[in-house]
Amino acid sequence: MTPADTLRFATRAATGYPLRTALMILAMSIGVAAVVVLTALGDGARRYVVNEFSALGSNLIIVLPGRSETGGVGLGSLFTSTPRDLTVRDAAALLRAPDVQRITPLTLGNSEIAYGGRLREVLVLGTSADYLGIRGYRMALGRFLPREDLERASSVAVLGATLRDELFGIEPAVGRMIRVGDRRLRVIGVLEKSGQGLGMNTDELVVVPVATAQAMFNTNTLFRVMVEARSRDALASAQRQVEDIMRTRRDGELDITVITQDAVLGTFDRILGALTFAVAGIAAISLAVAGILVMNVMLVAVTQRTAEIGLLKALGATGRNIRLAFLAEAALLSLAGALAGLALGHLGAWGLRLAFPVLPAWPPDWAVYAGLGTAIVTGVLFGVMPARRAARLDPVQALAKR
Amino acid sequence: MAQIELSGIERVFTLGDSEVHALHAVTVAIEAGEYVAVMGPSGSGKSTLLNLLGLLDRPNAGTYRLEGRDVTTLTADEQAEVRRNRIGFVFQSFHLVPRLTAAENIALPLMLAGVPPVERGPRVAEALKNFGLDTRANHRPDELSGGQRQRVAIARATIMRPALILADEPTGNLDRATGQDVTALLESLNASGVTLIVVTHDPVMGGRARRRLMMEDGALVGDLRADAASTA
Repeated sequence: MTPADTLRFATRAATGYPLRTALMILAMSIGVAAVVVLTALGDGARRYVVNEFSALGSNLIIVLPGRSETGGVGLGSLFTSTPRDLTVRDAAALLRAPDVQRITPLTLGNSEIAYGGRLREVLVLGTSADYLGIRGYRMALGRFLPREDLERASSVAVLGATLRDELFGIEPAVGRMIRVGDRRLRVIGVLEKSGQGLGMNTDELVVVPVATAQAMFNTNTLFRVMVEARSRDALASAQRQVEDIMRTRRDGELDITVITQDAVLGTFDRILGALTFAVAGIAAISLAVAGILVMNVMLVAVTQRTAEIGLLKALGATGRNIRLAFLAEAALLSLAGALAGLALGHLGAWGLRLAFPVLPAWPPDWAVYAGLGTAIVTGVLFGVMPARRAARLDPVQALAKR
Repeated sequence: MAQIELSGIERVFTLGDSEVHALHAVTVAIEAGEYVAVMGPSGSGKSTLLNLLGLLDRPNAGTYRLEGRDVTTLTADEQAEVRRNRIGFVFQSFHLVPRLTAAENIALPLMLAGVPPVERGPRVAEALKNFGLDTRANHRPDELSGGQRQRVAIARATIMRPALILADEPTGNLDRATGQDVTALLESLNASGVTLIVVTHDPVMGGRARRRLMMEDGALVGDLRADAASTA
């Protein structure tokens, strides 16, 4: 029997029982579709987080007060306790490191903002002139915070785009006096619309000099210091220098945490990558179930076609001929199921992207190939036993069956 | 040297703890081109003998020489090759593959033998024509009458030009008239030189054979030649 004939014979056998074949393909396709959709979801989440972090800027080192652990970067290092204040002086000292280009201190707090009888809750960010450059924001109107001593509490403010619209409507904002908390500040600029970044919406922010904010919230410590290295390659040495400076300033004790964006990104990437993998693994279980179903269906087919197998043997078919024919049938069913599942899965992923536009829910290539491969391999593997059973049938008894 | 030589064939089936001698000390020789009817009551071992002749079954003892070659010791694949090239089967219940058309059913042995499709086409077309089936080529078995089905089965049995045709009650599922047609068809094949061995318990059909082997309880009890037999 030539391979082409084996394939043709198997195809005729598969199409000869349409309901059985359709159900089989459905079961297999659900398995493959589950892998495709779930990995698309997992990988979409991973990409979403990575994109959010990339929006921070490329050569960034973040210094935060407190140290909760000594080794590596974990999720815990983002939320540390504060044993000793991280001050504006500390931030300024970091500029002495040769591989550090710019720094900007950050203080955050909630307050009220008022103008012309309008009042709302607002997130106040205290920072310095270099914040604009480090984060890569642009001004829509006016100018950003003046370059001045970090400890000088100038009474100026820069508004986020949405905040400006809400407070001023069509009126010009630059030059007007607003009230933030108990302080009167002059609006000197408006930020260009930029959207979400790490859960902090810049468009609804009021930016003031760091000393102003510290006075407003009656605190000495900083929330973060953002440090920009001279280049991406200098990131590691800059991190070391920052740590050295801080250690010297704190009598040899390093009670701050220094994280690089790469480390944070890498951690999230790993966690979400593992999550995608786990989800794919769970979905793969349905493929194994589909494989067992292939075996079941093929065993039924062997029983159903016992007389036919006896006939083929009487006509001179070898055991090998029959084994190959049944194996080819199992492979065809799996292949058809896998392809149908792939189409179904891509449809599902497309639906996800349509429903959640922020989530780039594309199934990763490895998942697609792994899904297809597993489907076909399990189909063929579970087809071996029925095929062997068919080949071993005793022709006399097989023919006697009707 | 006869085409078929059986000597001292024993076939024992074990049913539970009892042994059934389906064939016992069967020794017979059949020449090429003979027309033989194997007759006897049910359970006399006719079908077992036919299965053995067709290499679908193996004897427990004795030797079977087909065309001078001891075929009882061949491997399963070698036996399959002998079946493919030298033996054609015709069954009582036709045994057509229901999802394949008449033409495809006839082409099955060619496909199994690895004959390329271009060569298969003309040979199947010729067979369809010879057996008066050219208008039914693309019909499936369930769209054919009983007589047509058996003709498809006979066409399939002869497509490889075998030396030996084994027919197990070929008219058993047919009415009288179509049964006679099928018998005549088989006899015409025999007239062209193919050995024909028919298992039947229809005395009319058996009476037409030139040689009759009578079986009872697994043993040959009579070997009648046409010239000695009365045409009942």
